[in-house]
Amino acid sequence: MAILTIQILNSLLYASVLFLIAAGLSLIFGVMRIVNLAHGSLYAVGAYVTAWLVGTGIAHGVPLGWLFLMLPCGALAVALLGIVIEPLLLRPFYTRAEEYQLLVTFGLLQILEDLMRLVWGGTPLSADTLMDALPIIKIGGLNYPTYDLLVIAIGIVAAVVLWAAIYHTRFGVMLRATSQDRRMASALGLNVGLVYVVAFGIGCFMAGLGGAIVVPTQAAVLGMGVDALVIAFVVVVIGGLGSLKGALVGAIIVSFVRTAGIQFFPELELAVLYVIAALVLLVRPTGLFGTA
Amino acid sequence: MVAQIQAPRGRSGFGLAAAATAVVIVLILAPGYFGTYQIQLLIFGLIAAIAALGFNLLLGYTGLLSFGHSAYFGVGAYTVALAAEHLGPHSMEFYLLVGLPVVAVTSALFGYICVRHTQIFFGILTLAISQVIYSLALNLYWVTGGSDGMRVPRPALLFGALRFSGPSGFQQFITSYYYYVLAIFIVCVLLMWVIVHSPFGKALQGIRDNEVRARFLGLRIRRFRWIAFLVSGTFTGLAGILWVPLEGLTTPDVLYWTFSGEIVFTALLGGFRNFTGPIVGGIVYTYLKTYMVAHTSYWQLGLGVVLVTLVLVLPTGIVGAISLVGQRLRQRRSAA
Amino acid sequence: MILLKTIDLRKQFGETRACDGLNFIVHKGEFLSLVGSNGAGKTTLVNLISAHLQPDSGQILFEDRDITFATVTERIKAGIARSFQIVSLFDALSVFDNVALSVFSRDGKAVRMASLADRDEDVRRETLEVLGQFGLSSKAGVMAGGLAQGERKLLDVAVAYALRPRLLFLDEPTSGVSTHEKAQIMDTVSSVVRGGQVTAVVIEHDMDVVFRYSDRIVMMHEGAFLADGTPDEIRANKDVASILLGVPLTD
Repeated sequence: MAILTIQILNSLLYASVLFLIAAGLSLIFGVMRIVNLAHGSLYAVGAYVTAWLVGTGIAHGVPLGWLFLMLPCGALAVALLGIVIEPLLLRPFYTRAEEYQLLVTFGLLQILEDLMRLVWGGTPLSADTLMDALPIIKIGGLNYPTYDLLVIAIGIVAAVVLWAAIYHTRFGVMLRATSQDRRMASALGLNVGLVYVVAFGIGCFMAGLGGAIVVPTQAAVLGMGVDALVIAFVVVVIGGLGSLKGALVGAIIVSFVRTAGIQFFPELELAVLYVIAALVLLVRPTGLFGTA
Repeated sequence: MVAQIQAPRGRSGFGLAAAATAVVIVLILAPGYFGTYQIQLLIFGLIAAIAALGFNLLLGYTGLLSFGHSAYFGVGAYTVALAAEHLGPHSMEFYLLVGLPVVAVTSALFGYICVRHTQIFFGILTLAISQVIYSLALNLYWVTGGSDGMRVPRPALLFGALRFSGPSGFQQFITSYYYYVLAIFIVCVLLMWVIVHSPFGKALQGIRDNEVRARFLGLRIRRFRWIAFLVSGTFTGLAGILWVPLEGLTTPDVLYWTFSGEIVFTALLGGFRNFTGPIVGGIVYTYLKTYMVAHTSYWQLGLGVVLVTLVLVLPTGIVGAISLVGQRLRQRRSAA
Repeated sequence: MILLKTIDLRKQFGETRACDGLNFIVHKGEFLSLVGSNGAGKTTLVNLISAHLQPDSGQILFEDRDITFATVTERIKAGIARSFQIVSLFDALSVFDNVALSVFSRDGKAVRMASLADRDEDVRRETLEVLGQFGLSSKAGVMAGGLAQGERKLLDVAVAYALRPRLLFLDEPTSGVSTHEKAQIMDTVSSVVRGGQVTAVVIEHDMDVVFRYSDRIVMMHEGAFLADGTPDEIRANKDVASILLGVPLTD
């Protein structure tokens, strides 16, 4: 019973992180009709930057409480990166054939992956201190870190905040208007360029936040970006591209299946997910809630 | 839409044949002028060109951008490695005999799954499939040697007529293998040329340009895309089959997404909107990468930068740029 | 002889009844114009018959065969083809290739990859013939994307015509061109179609064109048929005049 509870909690943790990544991806697609192949790499950047900030903070004797602030800082760093990337690399391609968008974001992926290797090298970068800072509780005799509960909580909060922002604020209305009809929104006086940059920034923030909150539980390693990208796409395929609800549901499904898969077929874990994605694509190409 | 100059088919056809013949002659004479290392590099270039040629049938002519073509290259390479280890003779013909059907079936199978979708989802699916194959190659180490990969011994050529051993064996192998690959390369180019100029090729381009209209012409879109995928994957798989005896070793790296990225890059570098683009791209890229790898371990970064720059500044690639310059010169001459 | 018949065909988009229980009949050999204001349902009707859309209910019979659920490919094989209101061509292919592709597809030769397209004499001959009929011979080598609008409209029709259908739907073949070109286009289309003994249904807004070329005129209004008859009969119809002049219908 306790083991089951822990498995469920682990799944929820993974789902939390996946949701952040997938929701960011879906948001960007929903508003800008761009699929950012570098999205996973941005998640990785979030992980690396946060781990680095925490490490630097510890080296300078920064008190523990402040170290936790590194989490949103890491996410913000990625958001800033996104705000620089969008006008420089993405805007020239909105009116061009879709292949070019995919190509340029792929090039960005390659650049980011190697940049991470350049800056931080091949050894994994960890931020255990944050996880160790929070107490360990017992669930039915087994140890469980409270930090993991924090991750789950952040995921839930993010979902709620995002939902509120999109459906209950003026900016959310602007976002939705622009996503539905860009020209019309522009004709109505909306600054589409601004909406795009902000939307992209928010999407990147979410990816970065995913990386930030996960890195205390598992070190930042090279290649985590691409793995995350592919799994995020599985989530988005199942849940539907462009849908917030889909990102949430998809993240939960993928995460639980993965946990179950690791239990029973560890080598085939990845394959199982792809099989599910392929099945979903065969049966319902737009995913469960997709707008594509 | 800028009005296009009427393309005089007859004249350009002759010019193309003349240029192609000249290139082939140069290629045939090359071993007489260059050392073993250069020739080996050139073989890699020709192999990359074959892979890119196959890839571009999907991108340039069918409008489908695959991010998982490493799967077919890798399957070709690993099939040869497995055949060399478990089956019979170390003969190039045997490798081809075993390898080609395997890559064809693989392409047919994955193509069937992938062409049900377009654009983004197509790209994602191709990427996902190649990652699955990669993880299988990496994890099933008792079959594939895991991250160490598998060695492939030097094969005999022409049904065992040519064998290479002893101190000058390597040099002789390179020279003979060069002509072997060159012959196959020429056959591939001719084959692909016929395919893209066939009714099938025209139909593919129609589907690429205007799927709705193509459907209202009675064309079964999915079937055409699937066949294109099959041919494309087989060409790239053939490149893998040719590559592994030369490299002597295959590792999971050749299945990883970065390798798919390199294939995409070669097509873009040469220009994916025309026939010769991928050929030029494959050969130039081989030299470019060799240079970059020798100078920095962050060649991936360099490639990414070049890729982004290309897409921003020179989307039609090398061949596209050359033909654009040629067009401008022609216009200036006729205006003068 | 009745070529096409729809029975109680319905299609709704939300609240809008684009096709409200239509019983549409097309006779073999006639040149029929489908007219009506924007949003009357003309294009929807054509979309339903050409399999671009699925009906909510009702039946479509072509030569007494039920094709209501037939796919696009099946309908084309049966002999139904269409052109498009917004010109829809293969812009990166030459004018010649655009038409040739229709012929290849029709003859089931489009899958052939081991032979050169240009070498097929039968297809070549027929393509040149069609191009000649539509006055596009001199532009055979030009890329479709580089043609003038009037020529593009003609090519759009030619591509559909090259399928040698028995029933050809033309969606506003003269829209977007000058008056002078309109006459040219309709002259060509009308003579080719009649000469080839193809039954044609043309969606048109230009009433001059409609009256001059049609055997029969069917007027749609808000998803239903308002009038159906020869040009003379339509001219005499008071309801039609009201719609055309914007005067409210007499109840």
